[in-house]
Order: sequence, then structure tokens, then C-alpha cells
Amino acid sequence: MEERRVTVEVNGDTKTAEVEPRLLLAHFLREALGLTGTHIGCDTTNCGACTVLFDGKPIKSCTMFAVQADGHEVTTVEGLSMASELHPVQEGFKEEHGLQCGFCTSGMMMTATALLEENPNPTEEDVRWALSGNLCRCTGYQNIVKSVLWAAEKMRSEGVVRR
Amino acid sequence: MAQALDEIKIGGLGSSRKRVEDDRFLRGVGNYTDDFKLTGMLHMEILRSPVAHARIKSINTAKAWQIPGVHLVLTGEMAAQHNLAWMPTLSYDTQPVLATDKVRYQGQEIACVVADDPYIAKDGCEAIEVEYEPLPAIVSPQQAVAADAPLIRDDKEGQNDNICYRWEVGDREGTERAFAQADMVSSLSLHYPRSHPSPIECCGSIADYNPATTKLTVYMTTQAPHIIRTAVALVAELPEHMIRIISPDIGGGFGNKVPVYPGYVASILCSILLARPVKWIEDKSGNLISTHYARDMYIRGELALRKDGKILATRIHADTDNGSSFSDAQPSKFKIGLFHSAFGCYDIPYGYQTAQGHYTNKAPGGVAYRCSFRITEAMFFQERMIHAAADDLGMDQAQFRRVNLVKDDQFPYRTPFGFLLDSGQYEKCLDVGLDAIGYDEFLREKEQARSRGRRLGIGISTMSEPLGAGNSREYDILGIKMFDAAELRVHPSGKAILKIGAKTQGQGHETTFAQIVTHELGIPAADILVEHGDTDHTPFGMGTYASRSTPVAGAATAMVSRKIRAKARKLAAHLLEVSEEDVEWELGRFYVRGAHDRGVTIQDCSMAAYTNMPDGLEPGLENNAYYDPPNLTWPFAAYIVTVEVDPETGVWDVLRMVAVDDCGVRINPMIVEGQIMGGMTEAYAMANMQFMTYDAEGNCVGSNYMDYLLPTAWETPGFELHEVVTASPHHPIGAKGVGECACVGGPAAFVNAVLNAIDDTGVRNIDMPLLPDRVWEAIQYKHDISGAPPVKTG
Repeated sequence: MEERRVTVEVNGDTKTAEVEPRLLLAHFLREALGLTGTHIGCDTTNCGACTVLFDGKPIKSCTMFAVQADGHEVTTVEGLSMASELHPVQEGFKEEHGLQCGFCTSGMMMTATALLEENPNPTEEDVRWALSGNLCRCTGYQNIVKSVLWAAEKMRSEGVVRR
Repeated sequence: MAQALDEIKIGGLGSSRKRVEDDRFLRGVGNYTDDFKLTGMLHMEILRSPVAHARIKSINTAKAWQIPGVHLVLTGEMAAQHNLAWMPTLSYDTQPVLATDKVRYQGQEIACVVADDPYIAKDGCEAIEVEYEPLPAIVSPQQAVAADAPLIRDDKEGQNDNICYRWEVGDREGTERAFAQADMVSSLSLHYPRSHPSPIECCGSIADYNPATTKLTVYMTTQAPHIIRTAVALVAELPEHMIRIISPDIGGGFGNKVPVYPGYVASILCSILLARPVKWIEDKSGNLISTHYARDMYIRGELALRKDGKILATRIHADTDNGSSFSDAQPSKFKIGLFHSAFGCYDIPYGYQTAQGHYTNKAPGGVAYRCSFRITEAMFFQERMIHAAADDLGMDQAQFRRVNLVKDDQFPYRTPFGFLLDSGQYEKCLDVGLDAIGYDEFLREKEQARSRGRRLGIGISTMSEPLGAGNSREYDILGIKMFDAAELRVHPSGKAILKIGAKTQGQGHETTFAQIVTHELGIPAADILVEHGDTDHTPFGMGTYASRSTPVAGAATAMVSRKIRAKARKLAAHLLEVSEEDVEWELGRFYVRGAHDRGVTIQDCSMAAYTNMPDGLEPGLENNAYYDPPNLTWPFAAYIVTVEVDPETGVWDVLRMVAVDDCGVRINPMIVEGQIMGGMTEAYAMANMQFMTYDAEGNCVGSNYMDYLLPTAWETPGFELHEVVTASPHHPIGAKGVGECACVGGPAAFVNAVLNAIDDTGVRNIDMPLLPDRVWEAIQYKHDISGAPPVKTG
């Protein structure tokens, strides 16, 4: 199959690759770039394990082709923390036991990060609604919601918005 | 004065220490099976049957072989040349790896294509031409035993019908006598629908056969790596010491990742044939339609009752829909798992059970989905039956349970089926729950609301479940006795590595098992690394399922720690220059009796074990322990749910959900609570939306996440958790299993609550899930609702 050249800014780095038009963005990130923190759960855009930020908005990367990302910015879970320091959302998940098997966690955190940028002071209901496109089989969500609220609080108290 | 260690501060028993697993997952650098990339690795995809029951007339793979990048097209015929077209199940039956004669369920594996990448492998699957001769599909036990039913397992010699087992347990005559003496008999029939554990991560494997060393390494999504190694050795006839199973990070298991699946076996065969690593990663549809389901049981039962509410006997019959193979993952002595644990928490002198299993044209399974072998069905029926019987007697739901629950002074309590309940405070748990929910007040509120046309309801579920198989006398899987092991190596500087045969899928073993060592030895949990999931580097164990890790591997961990402590005591005596009898222990430290200040730490002892051992003492501070539990552990739970049902739409909302769990001593309360909330969410899922059914043609309805509904953060209710602690008298640290309790006991609480809200309609049962249309129909037409799949007529 004829390959196309794509250039995508991933976690701040410019990445160029030749890809088949049918290659999914999720596979591009995982296989071509080795960013395996983005997981594939369901293939039908239901579970949200593959959620990444696309020009700052959460999208499910199993339902987008890599060629569609040409010229755009993608942030994955690997781009969430800076060096050794965890992002407040990551810290929140650890503090509030917001993860068990860890498989949905990357996608949950990406969605949560986008929510907190848009709404730094969400209610529990806001968080539950924002996360309703991401499935978790382990936690029952209660601790995930607490994790996001923990992160919101921390980000407000530090007065920072970062990604 | 020597300062005593603060056990909580150093991460011991009872500490909610943060999980050591978290950092790699939070940074996106976990290692799930699909994350491994081996040199020269190829990719395998599976072609599955689109039909449920058909004879295979021909399979033409020529076009697939012609696709550039395709390395191998494997059919059942080719697998048969290696004696691998069929494989044994966990219940002494057989299951096809790749179909040769017939297909017996939709989604069955027909052929595999191995190619340079998964996209090409999928192209290859699409290029395979299969000609089917359709046969009638059987989708329920009732159909399976009909006179004109086609024979599904015509491959099995001597199999003349569609029945795969018959089972009987209990005292038939005693039970009949008790029924004859009853003031009243209450009965109930229901279907526990087919469900799928559906972890978010699907199954997968990377088989890496190295012809130079003849070593086979398999990375795979398995909850039980050691059993898999033995199974691969037996099935593939490979020497066991040349097989290494690595179970890396697992994205949820819930029982789905216990069995051996055709994809694993095919990837191994392909790797051997091609002498290259072969990766197989299942897609969601493949996972849902072909890997092991759970439940799918039709249950009818009766209670013999005295007017005052005392239950005299239970009588139950269960018909299971086993799909195309009898492949329940269960101890071999029992044909329907531990279903006879039903009614165990009630003091009932007599009981009798029968069961029959049926082959149907549905995926095989009967896996213990967040369940200790069919106890989920047992506890669900128990609590639905209790609810119905209380209503029949006109007795209060809580009072009826109180009359019959096993009392504190009756432990250890022997059930009529021979189980020995170890300990508990059942009424106390119920009281804590009733108090938390405000039971009496809610009943008043319900009556007031009813007068205004609103329908409120309350549902109770109380149960004790047997967790932590074996003992080895009664429990084995394919003859391998159910015990577990732990190995502990304390290094000179006092840091330690614990190796266990169990395997986490999110339960946090790397965090909690260190805490057990900390409790026993006083080594800070942060100084202990827990290794698991690699058969070359951990001792044998039966794996993590059926809530058995803490009861069995956890006990082994405590026991090996005690062996280490016993040796350290000798080293301490040597260092303190006193006799061993004069050495006393406190957490992390030995001291001279009567001279508390004269002491040495466990770290002093570990250094001495390598640098300054007494004459005649073997050097080193390492050991292992195999633990064969004397009994199961019996946690108890009271779950209470309140709901409001909208009679116009049949939609019901959870108002409150109270969980009181007594799982004995809690190692890490944070993790225990996480397990309870996760289990309760799956309970809510099954009561509300999550089920798998089939149409009359045998098409699976529930083959993807658009049809197989899982609750999101939006629907899932909040949980209010409470605890009661009754230590297990036989577990070394008093712990009991807990991971499954809420999933097992929870569903009945939700269903009972909805039925309580419509208790004026005379409706006795609505099969799960309680979809709005089912509830609406029940209210509207005042009749019970069956969830059994439709049967083709005419």
C-alpha cells in the first residue's frame, strides 16, 4: 500500500514518518514512535483507553488515522509529566488510589487533564460527566473522581495550568 | 531505651501505604503484553466463524498465502498434524484450537495468519475462503435436551446427547423429611444471565521459540502462569524446564485470563513452526465472543419454612448452559464449582442440590468471573430466594435474615453440605448496615412516597462466601493441588526480595505482600521488592483468581517470613552472646530477655548471616514456604441498596448503596476498599445493563462495547463503605479473601431493591439485567420477566 509522509508534533517533539493511510493513530503512537503508554482496549471508540490530546482536545486515537494527525499536535501520557516530577493529575491518581490494573489510567488522565484546563474548579458531577467516555473495570470510578478533584485542588492552590 | 517501631509508619499490617505499582502506570511505562517488541517478531490474527453451528465443507487458504508479508496460514488440519487441533479444558473435556470438522459457536477459531504486521495478517484472514453447511443452532439448555436437538459434540465417542455433566450433593432424604414437616414452602425460578468478565485489556501472547536453545518463552496475559507452564508442557509435549511463562502487567483479569485459549496455543505453534517470535493480540470482539463467559445458569429452588420464619431445608436444581465445551475453571472434584455454598451463612439443617450441564452452540466457558467457582450464582439465588420467602411469610426482610443467620457462638459452623465456616459476626454486620442506611426511617419514607405515587425500594443481600482454595485434599485443578508458595531472600543489608506464585492483575500484590513481610519481620515495606509472574524466577503457585491470593499466597508469605525470623533468632543469639531461649522478639528487633536495651535489629541479623555466622549455622538468610490452607476463609458482607423506580419508564436510580464487609484483618485498607468498590460496580453492572445474549440463530448479542454495556462514571452510584473485623482463626495473619465479595453479593441487593419498590404488583422475579423495558413491562402487566434467549420456532 502506498505510504504517506506525516509530520506530527508529539509531546513537543516533531516526528516525521512514512505511514500507510490505513494506519490508526493509536498504532502510529505505539508502534512507530514506541509510546506504549497509550493503550488499545476496544476498537470501537467506547472504552477510551487510547485517549490522547489532539490540539489540546481529548480524542480516541483508535478511531483516527495517523494521516489525519499530519500537521497537528498530540499529547500522550508520556508527555504529561516533566522529568521526574508527576503532573498533579498523576499525583492525584496515586494519592486517591485512582488506579488498579492501570490499563485505562492513561486515557482517564488525559481526559481529566483536558477537563481541568477547561474547568479548573469542577464539581463531582462535572468530573463524572467528563469521564463518561472512559471505561474502568477495576475501581468503580469513585476514587478516580476523587483523584481528579484532588488534582484540581492542587492545581488551583499552585495557581498553575500546565500540560 | 530502644524505640519500638511504628508498624503503620513502616508500611506494615493495616497501613494504607500508596501503591508501588502506580508510578510506572501513571507515567505510561507499564509493561503489558502488547508493549513488548521482540527482534524479528511477526504478528498473528485469527479468522473466526461467522456462524454458530455448521459443518465445514472446505477451507481454501491459497489467496492468503499469496499476500506479500504473509509467512504462515495455519488451519486446523495443519494443527492436527502436531496433535494440536484440540486441547483439554479445565473440566476434563476438550475444546478445539482450530476447527477441523464443525464450528460449534459463533466466533470459533478457524485459521490463523502470521504476517509482518497485524494489518497484513488481517488481510490474510479476509482472503481465506470457508464454505459452511449450516446446522440448527442451540442457544439454551431447554433446547439442548429437546427430542429433535442436533448433537453438538459428535466428535466425542459415546456422547449421544447434549448433556455434559450431572451433579448431586446433600442429604436428599433428610431434606424431603424437612419439607414434609414445613408449615409453608416458598419457591423461586430465575436465570442468571450470561456475562463476560471483559477486562479492558484483551488476551494476548508473544510466543518466542528459540531453536538454538530449544527454550520456549511465552509472554502472555495469564492470571496463573505456573499452571499454564505445566499445561503447555502437557499439551504441546515440550519439556517443562524449557518453558518459561512471563505474565507481565495485566490490564484486568476477573477470571477471564485463567484458561488456556486457542490463540495462545496457536501463537506457540506458529512460533515453533517459523522459529520466530509470534505476537497475538486479540481484538475486543474476539475477546467477547470467544473467550470464557461466566454464569448462564437457570436455577429453581425451594425453602421449607416454619411459620415463625425458621428455614428448615433448601432444595435447588440448576441447569447450566456450558456452551460448546465443558470448560468451567473449577476444582476438579466439583462439577458446578462451589454452588453448594448457597445458604451457607444461614443455620439450615438440611439441603439437597442437583445440577445438569448442557452443550449449546455458544462460546465455552463457565469461568469464575470475580467469583470463587459459581458462588456468584449461588449467593444471588440465595438472596433472591430469601427476599421472596420473607415476602411470602409477610416478614420483615431484615428480621427474616436475623432469625436464620448463623450466630456468633456457633462458629466454627458446619453447613449441611460439609463446609466449615471459620468465623464471623453476621448479625453485627447486618446491624451496622441497617443503621447506616437508616432502615426503619427508609421504610416509613417508602410508604409516604408510595402514597404520592413514587416508588422507592430497599434491597438487602447478606452472604458469606468460601474464598482461598484449597485445602489440597479437596481442591485441585487438573490434579494439581491448590496450594501456593513464597520465597524470601533477605540480602546482607536487610533489603529483601519476595517471590510469589500468585500474579496481580490490579490487586496490588507488589504493595500488599511486602506489608505481610513487614508485619512479620519489621523490615520496612519500602525495602522489600515483590516479584511475580515469571515462572523461571518465582516458586510454583496456582495463580490469582477466586480471591485466593491473600488466603493462600499471603499465608505462604507470612510463613516464609517466620522461617526467616527463626533463623535470624539464632543469629541474634550469636550476636548477643546469649542462648536462643533468652532472646525475645519485638517488631524488627531481638533483645535479651530482661534487658530490653540489649538488642539487635533484623538488619543486624541479616548482615551477620553473610558476614558473621556462628559455627555450624548454614550461611545466608533465604527460604521458601509452601502453604496448604487448612480451610477456606469465609468473609461476610451485608449490602443494602435503596432505589427509586420510575413507573412511567421503568428506569431505576440508586439512591444509596451501603456495603459492610468483614474480610478479617485488612492488610492495606485503601486497597481493600478499592476492591470492594470495584466489585460493587460490577454487581451494579450486572443488575443494570451488562449481559450477553444470543438470538435464535446463535448470533452473539454483546460482541462489542456498543452492545455489551459497561457502566461509566456517570451511571455508577457512589458507595458508602463500613467494616467489621473478625479475624480468620486459621490464617496466619487473620486475613480473609475480599476481592470478589461485592461482585458476588452485590447483584441481589440491587434486584431486591427494585422488586421491593414494585412489591404491590405481585411480581416475583425480573431476570437481570433489570433493563427499563423489563421493569416497565413487569409493572404494567404485573407478571414476571424472563431473560432467557428467544428460541426459534417453526
